[in-house]
Amino acid sequence: MHTIAWLILGLPLLSATCIHLGFKRNQGLSTLIATSSALITLILSLVILGNGKDTSTAFSWVGAMGEHFKGIEIGLRIDQLSRGMLIVVTGVGFLVHLFSLTYMKDDRAKARYFCGLSLFMFSMTGIVLASNFIMMFIFWELVGLSSYLLIGHWYQKPSAADASKKAFLTNRIGDFGFMIGILMLWGITGTVTFSELELWSATPAPFNSTYLGIALLCIFAGAVGKSAQAPLHVWLPDAMEGPTPVSALIHAATMVAAGVYMLARFFTSVDLEIIAFAPQTIAWIGGITSLLAALMATQQDDIKKILAYSTLSQLGYMVMAVGLLNAQAGVFHLFTHAWFKALLFLGSGAVIYACHHEQNIWKMGGLRKKMPLTFLTFTIGTLALMGFPLTAGFFSKEQILEAALHQSTPLFVMAAIVATLTTFYMGRLLLVAFLGENRSKNSHHAKEVGALMLIPLVTLSVLAVISGYPFVASALSPLYDHVDFHFGPAFWASLTALVVGGGFAFTFYRNAETDPLSDKKIALVFRNKFYVDELYAQIVRFGQDCVAAIVHFIDELIIGGLIVGGCSRAAEGFGKLFGRLQSGNLHGYATLFGLGVILLIYITVFVP
Amino acid sequence: MSLLFVLIPLLGALAIFLGSKAKSTAIATSTINCILGLGSVFCWRADVWSMKVEILSSPSLHLAFGFHDGMSVIMLVMSVLVLVSATFSGKCPEGREMLWYGSILLMGAGGIGAFLSTDLFFFYAFHELALIPTFIMIGVLGTGDRKEAAWKITIYLALGSIILLAGLIWLVSASGSENWLYSSLLASSIDEDSQKGIAALLLIGFGVLVSLFPFHSWAAPAYASAPAPISMLHAGILKKFGLYGLIRLYPMVSSGMQCWLHWLIVLLLFNIIWVGFVTINQKRLDHMLGNSSVMHMGYIFLAFAALIEAGSLEGNPLAKPAAVTLMFAHGISIALLFSLTDVIRRKTGTVEFVELGGLAKTAPRLAFLFGLAGMASIGLPGLANFSGEVLVFLSGFHSYQGQELGTLQIATIIALWGVVISAVYMLRAYRSTFHGETVKATSEQTVHDLGPFCQIPAAILCLALLVVGLYPKSLLGHLAEPESKTPLGQTAK
Repeated sequence: MHTIAWLILGLPLLSATCIHLGFKRNQGLSTLIATSSALITLILSLVILGNGKDTSTAFSWVGAMGEHFKGIEIGLRIDQLSRGMLIVVTGVGFLVHLFSLTYMKDDRAKARYFCGLSLFMFSMTGIVLASNFIMMFIFWELVGLSSYLLIGHWYQKPSAADASKKAFLTNRIGDFGFMIGILMLWGITGTVTFSELELWSATPAPFNSTYLGIALLCIFAGAVGKSAQAPLHVWLPDAMEGPTPVSALIHAATMVAAGVYMLARFFTSVDLEIIAFAPQTIAWIGGITSLLAALMATQQDDIKKILAYSTLSQLGYMVMAVGLLNAQAGVFHLFTHAWFKALLFLGSGAVIYACHHEQNIWKMGGLRKKMPLTFLTFTIGTLALMGFPLTAGFFSKEQILEAALHQSTPLFVMAAIVATLTTFYMGRLLLVAFLGENRSKNSHHAKEVGALMLIPLVTLSVLAVISGYPFVASALSPLYDHVDFHFGPAFWASLTALVVGGGFAFTFYRNAETDPLSDKKIALVFRNKFYVDELYAQIVRFGQDCVAAIVHFIDELIIGGLIVGGCSRAAEGFGKLFGRLQSGNLHGYATLFGLGVILLIYITVFVP
Repeated sequence: MSLLFVLIPLLGALAIFLGSKAKSTAIATSTINCILGLGSVFCWRADVWSMKVEILSSPSLHLAFGFHDGMSVIMLVMSVLVLVSATFSGKCPEGREMLWYGSILLMGAGGIGAFLSTDLFFFYAFHELALIPTFIMIGVLGTGDRKEAAWKITIYLALGSIILLAGLIWLVSASGSENWLYSSLLASSIDEDSQKGIAALLLIGFGVLVSLFPFHSWAAPAYASAPAPISMLHAGILKKFGLYGLIRLYPMVSSGMQCWLHWLIVLLLFNIIWVGFVTINQKRLDHMLGNSSVMHMGYIFLAFAALIEAGSLEGNPLAKPAAVTLMFAHGISIALLFSLTDVIRRKTGTVEFVELGGLAKTAPRLAFLFGLAGMASIGLPGLANFSGEVLVFLSGFHSYQGQELGTLQIATIIALWGVVISAVYMLRAYRSTFHGETVKATSEQTVHDLGPFCQIPAAILCLALLVVGLYPKSLLGHLAEPESKTPLGQTAK
């Protein structure tokens, strides 16, 4: 078991190293290595799932020092949560590798791309299997690196280069908080290992719950960065500059869900009833993010951007559920969302590929007839995202709405509005891109994609339907609590959301040539993402770049200029005096200096 | 045995000055030294490997070498690695081989001599020996505004050294010891008042050498105009002398240091945040790197502050390993960055950000190596600097028990923001140098990728960063265990 777990972690790293060091020139071999490593890890993960035993293993990475610091371990923890998450990561990972074979066929840097994918698989598996917070932090930053590399795959495009930088930096801000949280948690509980936290939580020593709450919120900052919650959500839409399969894997299904996964780890380890203020804050941030993102999604024209905002919104849902102390619901939604959102992204990838890299939905249209299978799978994904009854999304969304209903009415209302908006913007996307008439040459020439692209799409659409049913979810989902279905307020709310959102989308966008809402003032605000990016640009300009310029100026003028400059001029004058005696070049001064020092040493040591 | 590591480069330098072929002599001696140094990691023994020769009887001065503990070994390994890669780096101007390679070996010998000396006088003198070629090389073979840079560094470091010397003399006389041997100084006790003064002198003296704020403004211009191997050796090895000295001498003046803890915390935060902002505003790669190296010293001082707060080495067992790991990592990564920056300068003719761009396309190997070094220096896990930084932060929170945050914890949190700052300047620099469209200076006609000869130093240093980053125990293991076998102060008998 342990060997298998180490293999799951190690194989992708081996693959990335091999590709980078040896086979970069041989593009075909590189893709083969990466894809087969993804396939093997998927099989191994299934083996671990089938075995079903909880176990853990570790080696010491930094040894213990003193009594208080027990060292840092690199350890693997296999339990229900990590087993299920492994299936999500390796499952979506393998399908994305498969899809990329066609999608990246003509890319000259294919080997670099697959190397990046392998590196990502390694880092993500590390997060999933991590047995303690510091190890999680290590892989947390490493997924950030792989995301940086893959968003910036086409680094010659300035927009891609900027987007990758923005993603990394925004995540660093989150990690700043994360590290503080880990340090505080270590101080309070004396450990960062999940299993020991469980023990501590079972018999807590007297401690100050306020500081534990602050520590939790700081740790949550890491999730805010990685899972792109407000106010650090700005990097995710920009990250769509990367190749579309990357968006499906990293920026929809797995990495961005890592924040939710980490919170679930924390919440299942430590009993949080005592510090209610922190989870409540988390729930509200999740709720607000989901609402804002859904509003922004309604006015985007880029197919990937629409999906990106919907990812933000769904992540907000998950975070909200976890914050409502219902980690089961949040992780269940993570699980179903991974399949249908990967499906939607890969579907959009197929569309973009077929339309010769056209991403504007208003320049598509009529794809239903051109790409019937893609259309079918995309529709299934859309329905699942909308929470259409009997699809996977319906079950998981239902659990979240239930959780909100029991805990906080305002959050429930908010979640219901988000559900309505989701139906609306996804209906818009489907109506505009796939129905109606062709609106450009590119979409006119579109053809159905090949089998290698369709296999992942079909597999994922099957999962997008069945993964919500109890018999699948209880076997595969990382955390799952069976909740008996009943026709309560949550059900009626989601049904109303479907009808209202769908109805509005149908009225506005059936056979629309342009967006009828786009000239409304409020639509402009949504389209411009509430001007948050502009605000941040100003903050960076004044709070950082201007301050940096002023600080630099002061540093040069006062510390470097007046004080040192004065000394150095004095010395230069002194030097010139000596220059009459000496050769006058620096060589001479330095020798003089050396002699002087020796003389000085001699005097101070030997004379008295 | 330990004498060998100093003797080999010294003899090499001597041979060069006597007229042997400079380049091959330098490469040969530094390579042999490197192999021996790496070998010593596995078989060093403090008591066996030390030597002591009395060269003056009143006051008693000894030429004494030995390993105090694992810290000396780690510093030695870092020095031999940086030294060998420095001999491969840069491009020596025609006809200056003797000065160029002789200086490199002298600087290496000086640094190693300081780390291995068990007599404080020679500890100091070896560092001085290394500074002289530094000044000469910057003044004679530097680029840009070399005269001013050379003056600045000369004045600063000379002042710092003199203050340091005063502190050392005071230390020796206050201890009542008859010689300058580390072990006998450690055994003696110094009264509180003198401790306070000595601690101040040591902090300022060593502080200037390590570019502690506000004594930092010599560093960036000097590194920018120095020839590549010189900035590699100074930033990589010699700058660590100050930190090494502070940690080494700390047990003698532990209560004296306590008085200056708050001052030190304020200054080190200036190092991180203030200089961090200065770094963000740099418009040239070499200036940016010079400032970033000043900034990163702040973290090592933070570990030292944690040590002072605890009051003894045992009080915060994390602080020393943290500082040593980060010193090692910083030495390696900054040397690699300076070496590669010099390659960029030679290939494109410029290091101004506005004139660069798209280099990743024309020189992918260079881009990979620079990216790795840059990521290391901003503390990406998996590379050596992270293991150092995380230990520094942990040592800052070592005394925290879940109550209100103390001064040191607040300082650690502020210092953590530096991690964001360094990511900002490093990624901006990488973006404008390697990403985006290729420009005139970086087009395929002008730039070729790294040749095999240039890759040697980079490969050595990258490997070191990766080994320590992936498995820090490979380094820290040496720090913890032999020390407990041979406690401090019993090394040079």
